[in-house]
Amino acid sequence: MRRKLANAGAHLALTLLCLVWLAPFALLVLQSFRGESGGQVAYAIPKEWTLENYRFLLRDESGFLRWYANTLTIALFCAAIQTVLVLSVAYAFSRLRFRGRRLMMNMVLVLGMFPGFLTMIVLYYLLKLLGLTQSGAVPGLILIYTASSGLGYYIAKGFFDTIPRALDESARIDGANRFQVFWRIIMPLAKPIVIYTVLMAFMAPWGDYVFASYVAFGDPQGYNVAVGLYRWVNTTDYQGYFTRFCAGGVLVALPVTALFMALQRYYVEGVTGGAVKG
Amino acid sequence: MGLIRTFIHGDWKTRVSYVVMGVGSMARGQWLRGLMFLGFQVVFWLYMWLFGVDYLLALRTLGTAETTRVDRVTVYGDNSFLILLYGVLTVFFIAAYLYTWYLNIRQNRVSQELLACGGRLKTAREDVHSLLDEQFHKTLLALPVLGVTLFTILPIIFMVLVAFTNYDHAHQPPGKLFTWVGGENFARMLAGGESPVSFTITSQTEEVTTLTITARNGDAFAVATGDHAGARSAAALTRGGDADFAITQQEDAWRIEVVSSGGQAGFTASGVTAVHTPSYAGTFRQVLVWTLIWAVFATFLNYFLGMLMAILINKKGVRLKKMWRTLLVTTIAVPQFVSLLYVSKLFAADGLINGLLMDWGWIAQPLPFWTDPLWARVTIILINVWIGVPYVMLIATGILINIPADLYEAARIDGASALQAYTHITLPYMLFITGPYLLTSFTGNINNFNVIFLLSQGKPLSLDMAGNAGATDLLITWLYKMTVTDGNYRLAAVIGVMVFVVCAAVNLAVYNLIPSVRREEDFQS
Repeated sequence: MRRKLANAGAHLALTLLCLVWLAPFALLVLQSFRGESGGQVAYAIPKEWTLENYRFLLRDESGFLRWYANTLTIALFCAAIQTVLVLSVAYAFSRLRFRGRRLMMNMVLVLGMFPGFLTMIVLYYLLKLLGLTQSGAVPGLILIYTASSGLGYYIAKGFFDTIPRALDESARIDGANRFQVFWRIIMPLAKPIVIYTVLMAFMAPWGDYVFASYVAFGDPQGYNVAVGLYRWVNTTDYQGYFTRFCAGGVLVALPVTALFMALQRYYVEGVTGGAVKG
Repeated sequence: MGLIRTFIHGDWKTRVSYVVMGVGSMARGQWLRGLMFLGFQVVFWLYMWLFGVDYLLALRTLGTAETTRVDRVTVYGDNSFLILLYGVLTVFFIAAYLYTWYLNIRQNRVSQELLACGGRLKTAREDVHSLLDEQFHKTLLALPVLGVTLFTILPIIFMVLVAFTNYDHAHQPPGKLFTWVGGENFARMLAGGESPVSFTITSQTEEVTTLTITARNGDAFAVATGDHAGARSAAALTRGGDADFAITQQEDAWRIEVVSSGGQAGFTASGVTAVHTPSYAGTFRQVLVWTLIWAVFATFLNYFLGMLMAILINKKGVRLKKMWRTLLVTTIAVPQFVSLLYVSKLFAADGLINGLLMDWGWIAQPLPFWTDPLWARVTIILINVWIGVPYVMLIATGILINIPADLYEAARIDGASALQAYTHITLPYMLFITGPYLLTSFTGNINNFNVIFLLSQGKPLSLDMAGNAGATDLLITWLYKMTVTDGNYRLAAVIGVMVFVVCAAVNLAVYNLIPSVRREEDFQS
């Protein structure tokens, strides 16, 4: 009897937790269909339902499609380039032994303690020298997102560390060189971590506001979705754009969340493995 | 020492390589290596001759020629920013050159010894092949190292140097020059007492001279007096930078005395009004304290609540474990700028929460979620629980499952309560395993820009804080404001360095206090 009561309590608590955690998203979706004009209202369910907010996003005047395309381009390139860089670094530090390895790993640790935005103006100038700011923001952002991405090698290294060394050694005895060991033996086993790295690299650019707004420097052609939508809620005309922001948020969140759900298994694997490893 | 010995024992090939790199390698038949050494040397000296030396020399002053306008045409002078940037780049290049030169010597020594023992050197073909075998790490790391050097290390060194210059909106290249100022910025941000006393005459009429007096701590007063000569000589005395002053109240006026190495002066003023200017040092302390409080709550509150959530879902008898987990984890996937911006609006004065509470008649006025400093801080910490707990839950789940069940069995037989089992088994185990995670999470929260910026932008602003700082600003968001809004790069750089110092101190302390972190950091299985 007592056990039944405790179980009922646990289920009740979980239901409440899920409600609290999911409510803001439900509200966001509801607001995106709201027909009444104006900013926020004191009720959750719209009195008048409409698709107008979504139609607005699809029109050229809103600029949303351009921002969406920008972000998608950045995300795809980052997913490809960053994965190559991260896995290279992780593999070298995990399974190869060479002079300076320890030193380099310690340097990465030290570099990680400097706040990221400290170097923003220097990066801006570097990009400006290359002509990659304002309307050229997309390649510029790809460059700065990926250039230093090798620093985030921890989780992938933790994964490579768990693959038994005996595999390498037997392949080496059979005459494979180190590249062949990497490409033919280890990479086929590394599918989970490859997917995890691609997923992370793909998702990050959707949320970046700071660098994206600084590099675009007020040129709407170079905005990503975060910068564009942020400006909608923080303009003087925020009342008029609030429901549109909600619709834009839904359109951004949908594909990213769907992808995440589909690959969730790999995410969980990466995160739990990485946290235990450091 | 080794270099000298190598020279003495070296043959002519080795010795010539001290001056012309790569000769030894080429003479011994390794033409590919030799050409690369020689090529690098040629490029280096060409660069030094064309630009490098100039930048190195200009690094001392960061430029002397001001940008001026001649006949409405702007004549550009030196650009301090580019001088500093290219100067640092040149120093990098020199370091790389010296290292390459050393490698070239070492190579000669090794080759010479090898040949003397009857060995055989690698051919160019074998050299290329070794990049996929014993030199494979070079192939893998070349691109990442180049990227990190140019886009992380170079900018960080540049910004650390900026902390020692007067680079701000008043010294903005290309229009203006900036230069070295030593530790002045650090003194201003940390001690606060270092700006010299200054008396500036702001306006002068026949009857009244008005001055602005700036005290050492940055506080400013507006003063009016009829004593023109006294005011002028006082202002002149403060120009040396070593002046001190005192204000004493008399019956219906104030007596102001200035003393400096140049002498002393004084005048009687009629109106003294304090122009409140909060000092950077005081603001820095307030922001630092809130940053640390925030980091502690954001890390540990989330940690314990996340652990509780995981325990609740793992509890025997709870059904559909996977569904609960998936529902909660979904919230991680939504980009933060969507979820945080929306939630920040939910809590606004005209937001849904205040709206509903007022409709139901529970409150008459909107609750000051974002306008009262304390409310704003608590709201941010609570919203951060919403953001961060599912992530901790995920990590904790994986670890909880791994705790051997017979430990709990044994505890139960010994008559331990659920709480005792938790404090004696679950908690120590979790803390041990997640030590490194807690450390990275704490450092991450000190630099947690997104949550603060997207929720409150550091607001509410406060008159007691300098540099546009607000009650919820972390060091990192304050740094951002200084860079983007104020163009106060010199102080932004100081904050950046201080954030590094704080993070490094926390890390060092934890490394020395908690052995499990050190061991776990050692990664290798």
